[in-house]
Amino acid sequence: MALLEARNVGKDFSGNVVLKDISFSLDAGKVLGLCGENGAGKSTLMNIIFGMPVIHETGGYEGDILIDGKVVKFQNTSDALEAGIGMVHQEFSLIPGFTAAENVMINREPTKPNAISKITRQQKLDKVDTPAMHESAQESIDKLEIELDSHTLVGELPVGYKQFLEIAREINKENVKLLILDEPTAVLTESEAELLLTAMRKLSAEGISIIFISHRLREVMDVCDQVVVMRDGLIVADESKGNISIPEIASLMTGRSVDTEVQTGKELEAYKPEGDVILEITDLFVDMPGEAVDGVNLTVHEGEILGIAGLAGQGKLGISNGIMGIYPTLGKIIFQGKEVPLNSPRAAQEMGIAFVSEDRRGVGLLLDEPISWNICFNAMQIQDLGLKKVLFFKLRDEKKMAEIAEKYIEELKIKCTGPDQLVRNLSGGNQQKICLAKAFCMQPKLLLVSEPTRGIDVGAKELVLEALKKYNRDNGTTIIIVSSELEELRSVAGRIAVVDEGEIAAILPATESSAKFGLLMSGEKLEESAS
Amino acid sequence: MLNKKIDWRSTLRQAMVPLLFIVIIALAIPLSGFSSAHLIGEILARFARDTFLAVSLIIPILAGMGINFAISLGAMAAQIGIIISQNFFVGGIPGMLLSALIGLPIAILLGWFAGSVMNKAKGREMISSMILAFLISGIYQFIVLYIMGGLIPIQNKDILLSRGYGIKNSIPLEIKGALDNLGNIKIKIPGIMRPLNFPIATYIVIALVCVFVVWFKKTKLGHDMKAVGQSQRVADSAGMKVDKIRLQSIIISTVMAMLGQIIYLQNIGTMNTYNGTDQTSLFAAAALLIGGASVASATIPNAIIGVILFHLMFIVMPNAGKNLTGNPAIGEYFRSFISYGVVALALVMHAYSRKKAAEEERKALHHQKAKDKLADGGAGAKA
Repeated sequence: MALLEARNVGKDFSGNVVLKDISFSLDAGKVLGLCGENGAGKSTLMNIIFGMPVIHETGGYEGDILIDGKVVKFQNTSDALEAGIGMVHQEFSLIPGFTAAENVMINREPTKPNAISKITRQQKLDKVDTPAMHESAQESIDKLEIELDSHTLVGELPVGYKQFLEIAREINKENVKLLILDEPTAVLTESEAELLLTAMRKLSAEGISIIFISHRLREVMDVCDQVVVMRDGLIVADESKGNISIPEIASLMTGRSVDTEVQTGKELEAYKPEGDVILEITDLFVDMPGEAVDGVNLTVHEGEILGIAGLAGQGKLGISNGIMGIYPTLGKIIFQGKEVPLNSPRAAQEMGIAFVSEDRRGVGLLLDEPISWNICFNAMQIQDLGLKKVLFFKLRDEKKMAEIAEKYIEELKIKCTGPDQLVRNLSGGNQQKICLAKAFCMQPKLLLVSEPTRGIDVGAKELVLEALKKYNRDNGTTIIIVSSELEELRSVAGRIAVVDEGEIAAILPATESSAKFGLLMSGEKLEESAS
Repeated sequence: MLNKKIDWRSTLRQAMVPLLFIVIIALAIPLSGFSSAHLIGEILARFARDTFLAVSLIIPILAGMGINFAISLGAMAAQIGIIISQNFFVGGIPGMLLSALIGLPIAILLGWFAGSVMNKAKGREMISSMILAFLISGIYQFIVLYIMGGLIPIQNKDILLSRGYGIKNSIPLEIKGALDNLGNIKIKIPGIMRPLNFPIATYIVIALVCVFVVWFKKTKLGHDMKAVGQSQRVADSAGMKVDKIRLQSIIISTVMAMLGQIIYLQNIGTMNTYNGTDQTSLFAAAALLIGGASVASATIPNAIIGVILFHLMFIVMPNAGKNLTGNPAIGEYFRSFISYGVVALALVMHAYSRKKAAEEERKALHHQKAKDKLADGGAGAKA
């Protein structure tokens, strides 16, 4: 009998279907590798299995989850914990000022009653039994076969050990049967990752089942007994290890159907940039939380559209934010022969670089201001557009601003009641068009666009991408588009740079096969997989 | 090696404030012209008076809520308790116990209120607690000035204003010296005229509260508070009831402050009804911070050292100032200047160390590969 079974599980968030008809089973003591691009539905599936409140709050899920053959309905994570499921999230849940043992045993500390706690009958006043706590924690740590003293402060530990501590905490819980590890190797060095895989094998030998989510396909093949590949909310493959290869997984993860691939291939000829070099980036480091860039070198030619692809957290967003100086940055950026001052959004814009942020509602827009203000805002700050001079003061020229806004509303087909409408009241797609208009309004020589189609509907996606292509064609503006949707990049860009672990893994023509892109994003080297 | 170096530096940083005050006091003592016997006598008395209040600040700091300026609420509860026991002419130790008994429910209620407000204002606990103290002070003054002797009957005419309702501003207390005189030891030191007073019972009570705090830190609840204080997110994901734990820390602190104020007032002997609680929290906080505590960490030694240094300074500064400038008012000026100054300094230092921590965190963002490369590059450049 399977330890975990999913039967026809589906989930939608207010009509937006993210999981459809998911069925799979996992036997006791086996390791299941779960692969898929961002947004394939992996996290939602794990949230359902782990009983995260977000699922329950958004109307539950369809189908059944069975543990040991019995249907379970978890309302919250403590239900799941009780049933023997442990989950290690990507984000660490450790307290730096606590020792390893205190972290492993957090809120499950062994206690000893004392006189006061007996009199007041308050178990909360029991004394924490420190020796017993260290003993139990050390036992769990030793199970993972790493050398770590339970008395060490977590703040002094290297990142890799923190990951092991998270796992130690889960296996320290009684009756743990199933461990869910979400990208546990993402922060580890190769040798640490190897240790982790060894530990996983040992745990599974002890009868603990593991669901291992990783974008490093080599690791998945190394340690898993079973591989499940998800795409667009569906399971596209569920094979035992021997029946599937790394390139197969990669193309299953990224590829749409083969037909569309051929079409895009025909549309765009193999692309070689012709123009002069407009932007040269050397050794770029950006401290963007969750999207750190670690030594990117990149050359961009005048008039091209360059795509930057990569999985979440690998640093693709950090590149555009770093060029604009929004997060602390190191390195050298040469734009049109002149060095761009780092960490100064104003200087970058004054040199003719415009930016459409991925954080549309946070950085991109003034939500409670009208359309005309939003469109002219940056151009007004940098180029005095839409201002008139009265004596010594610069005043807003409302009429001029309305004119400019009208122009873009028409050009970009923004659906609105007029230039005075508040941006908050527009749909996501139209808000994104305002962001584009705001950037166009600056008449940039280089346009950086981050995640232009995130969170907008299909129709609007087409329009946004079309607007970018048109702007590039009409004005010869160089455009860098950063996106997690590979297909979208392939439809607009000539070349695509793939970012992995904060560096550019390779730059390929957009016509390359999606399997190759998939491999690159999974941290594989092309030469290796070719053999 | 590296770790030890950092430890040494952070220890020095922690000890910086106490060291600074030791230097100031060492310079001021000769200027003040006080004899050492006088100073020791004064310190013994003031230590007994104020330490309890300073200790009452420790537990909210443990729970990550910063300095609980709302301990003034506990002090108000204590004063209401004292007024009522004074009304029944109960003095001595029974008077203190009765005051504490009446003050207890009021302190719990006010502590619960303050804690709830601070839970609503996460991240801004300190300023909330400070403003809250002003707000509740208004209500307290209204009750004492209009309700007492009116709606609440007061039989003891000695504490009533002559108009028939409202409490007098300055009341000589029945409980004066109740605890201090219980087993007071007079120590005769050869060569000194006056024997030194050593209020042994008060010191025992202070020792007990210190033991309580140390013990409390080791209980499950204390351990949970430490976890909440370090990271609410982690504590929450481990299934702790974060808000409840924070609330409990404020209630405990308020109740301790209530007891502390009763001990303070029995030592002073007269109660300043209307503005006696105004600076309770400020002075307690300043004392604790001078002892080397920060708004993120505080210990019993911080409180003890802090109270001694703070009061030593209060004793010597006015005289030193007078002898130096000829103006006696300078001492009072120093008093508020130093108190507010040290609180401001502690806040700035806390902001600074938070910035440092954020920088460290930022460095930790980078991918492991880049970190290795950076480390290699550094070594390579040297070779």
